[in-house]
Amino acid sequence: MKRNAFRAALPHTLPICVGFLFLGMSYGFLMRSKGFPFYYPLLMSLFIFAGSMEFVTVNLLLSAFQPVYAFLLTLMVNARHIFYGISMLEKYRGTGWIKLYLIYGMCDESFSINCSASPPPGVDKGWFMFFVTLLNHAYWVAGATLGALLGYVIRFDTTGIEFVMTALFVVIFLNQWEQGGDHKAALTGVACAGLCLALFGSQSFILPAMLLMVICLSFGKDRKEAAG
Amino acid sequence: MTAAQRVITILLVVLGTMTTRFLPFLIFPEGKTPPAFILRLGKVLPYAAIGLLVVYCLKDAAAPPDYGLAEGIAIAAVVLIHRWKHSTLLSIGTGTALYMLLVQIFFS
Repeated sequence: MKRNAFRAALPHTLPICVGFLFLGMSYGFLMRSKGFPFYYPLLMSLFIFAGSMEFVTVNLLLSAFQPVYAFLLTLMVNARHIFYGISMLEKYRGTGWIKLYLIYGMCDESFSINCSASPPPGVDKGWFMFFVTLLNHAYWVAGATLGALLGYVIRFDTTGIEFVMTALFVVIFLNQWEQGGDHKAALTGVACAGLCLALFGSQSFILPAMLLMVICLSFGKDRKEAAG
Repeated sequence: MTAAQRVITILLVVLGTMTTRFLPFLIFPEGKTPPAFILRLGKVLPYAAIGLLVVYCLKDAAAPPDYGLAEGIAIAAVVLIHRWKHSTLLSIGTGTALYMLLVQIFFS
């Protein structure tokens, strides 16, 4: 049963494999270039397993100790997972103990496969989704660790490598924009953050920006509601 | 930051991440429907959060020596390459390489 599920899951995850190895490696390499030993990216990719937040955590670890801010920033950056969870309430139901791991490993990519792909007939749904999640998790940890290890061997001027995070978010922004995502919400995020950056400065703008964002979005009506 | 503070920070990031992943399953066990405004917030927050993150990455860009010019050029390149080829890896790879070149050679 598990063998079939693994075989069915593997091809769905291959594109993710390429992406995760590349991004994971740049994350591990970035951590190493900032002076962290390889077990930092290894453990962080294993336990946090939320790519964009791991990049942000590099910055957190390099600045002053602000535990509340770190927690709130994580909630905000990963708020989309709440929506993923709401979408998967039905699908994850009745999968037994596997469900705990499915929720734990619900990154963007595992979510997108598990919510759209269905296993072929005769393959257990729970195990199929388990292997999708597990494989993605493994690619990410492997990439991050490999990148950090490469950082020991390859030596070159890494000034500016942190731009990989900016580029990643710009690309996600573009993808969401082109796939018909909520443009108003996207611009609200940019506008609230930009406004608060100008008002509060780069050290303390995130929390007011988040607050302003949630307020603006709570009062805004979405298109369907406005039409209906 | 001390090693202990690093570990605490990482654990809080893990806790925050797990909160966002487990919350819906804890609040709405077996077929309970979430209220409309939560669903709506869940729908729009992902887009707003990425916009916020782009600004977060650029928070210290407007500083000397180039006052954000390197960031501006590299982001323009990412946008153009992404609209042209639609390959996430190519866009990120080229953009980062270009930025590194700019800050190491032209704006150093």
